[in-house]
Amino acid sequence: MAEFVMPTLGADMTEGTLVQWKKRIGERVTKGDIIAEVDTEKAAIEVECHASGVIEQLLTKPGDKVPVGTVMAVIREEGQAAAPPSQPQSITPQPITPQPVPPPDRGTAPPPSSGSRLRISPAARKRAAERGLVLTALQGTGPDGAITLEDVSRASATPPDATKPADAAERQTRMRQTIAAAMTRSKREIPHYYLSTTIDVSRALTWLTAENGRRPVTERLLVSVLFIKAVALALRQVPELNAVWKDGAPVRSERIHIGTAISLRQGGLVAPALHDADRAGLGELMQRFQDLVKRARAGSLRSSELSDATITVTSLGEQGVETVFGVIYPPQVALVGFGKVVERPWVANGLIVPRPVVTASLSADHRVSDGHRGGLFLAELDRFLQAPQSL
Amino acid sequence: MTTASSDADTRAKILRLLGEIAPEADLSKLDPEVGFRDQLDLDSMDFLNFVVSLHTTFHIEIPESDYPKYTTLNGCVAQVAASRT
Repeated sequence: MAEFVMPTLGADMTEGTLVQWKKRIGERVTKGDIIAEVDTEKAAIEVECHASGVIEQLLTKPGDKVPVGTVMAVIREEGQAAAPPSQPQSITPQPITPQPVPPPDRGTAPPPSSGSRLRISPAARKRAAERGLVLTALQGTGPDGAITLEDVSRASATPPDATKPADAAERQTRMRQTIAAAMTRSKREIPHYYLSTTIDVSRALTWLTAENGRRPVTERLLVSVLFIKAVALALRQVPELNAVWKDGAPVRSERIHIGTAISLRQGGLVAPALHDADRAGLGELMQRFQDLVKRARAGSLRSSELSDATITVTSLGEQGVETVFGVIYPPQVALVGFGKVVERPWVANGLIVPRPVVTASLSADHRVSDGHRGGLFLAELDRFLQAPQSL
Repeated sequence: MTTASSDADTRAKILRLLGEIAPEADLSKLDPEVGFRDQLDLDSMDFLNFVVSLHTTFHIEIPESDYPKYTTLNGCVAQVAASRT
């Protein structure tokens, strides 16, 4: 039997609330299938299962808040006998509903959303969160049963339910507390060192302008995607930065999953992963980044996106920041920051000329790398941004 | 449809598009002459999505070089009106 436990969706998560099961007892699941929707301090997450087989038991009820690591379901793997009928089950068995299941698709484009996923507009989700409404209790009257703003307003007008989750302000407080706990742990346990370099991005921006001129509006690129791809390629040259700290030692990752810091409109941030960012073309990477931002803000990320990142990239240039001094997100061992693209005097071929430049910074774990290797990484990053056509 | 009612219709549609991108914003307080990136705290991804929404809703081509013309509500209304002539 395989146990499905409340996963750790980041160093700042200690518990989660089951919103709904996506599979029923007796239903067949394949590794990578979305099995549950879990609400964390930051967002509602679609949780994938890590075993294939048949759901034997569902031990947690929707609305239950359980600590990370708690067994929530039992999956009978292929070739194993079914549990005896006398075995206790917290939920009445449901009829088996076999469904064709696609293979997991991690590492390329994000898998399509589960067909049974709650349909709700971002605006309605936001309003519901503000008013502390349980989404699964709402009656949707929109297309295909989607919950609309009007549905939320109607539900808000009814007397409050004693089982409502905390309101948005309380959620904000909890989110700040969990982020603070993770960052405190980071600064306590990780001996950070910091490096930065100023990169001339005139070639990259000139190339980007020409490239976007060729692309339809729906396929245009943002400069942040060039930065993400350049980081991913530079990590191939300095792989020790693409790792996690586990059981007292660094474990390098064979794959490069870039956690991209995304600010949430209601406050706080998440850093879901763009899987295999080094292998994706810029167009595909942009499409996946757009989708990730949209789903992060709508509260529909997947567990693998929150647990797989092997390094984090954060861009704060739009807030006017020139240099980022990042705090590493455990168990990762490095974080790359980008500031604002600014015009600065630059010496080229003996002449002082105005050039758009960006400050790229590296926060890294001294247990795993040193300034020499960190410097090489930033030099590689610069080199890739001087040849944007090769990204 | 008169020009005035057409512009009002355009304005309402643009506000709806902005509302989808910034659902928490009180759009009734939006100053139509001031850039909404600052008023609504939109980042470059939000703005790109807004431009894509304008393109899809009004069937207008928006080259990247024209983005500055679409940074205020009045600017957007004027551009949509101009695309009809």
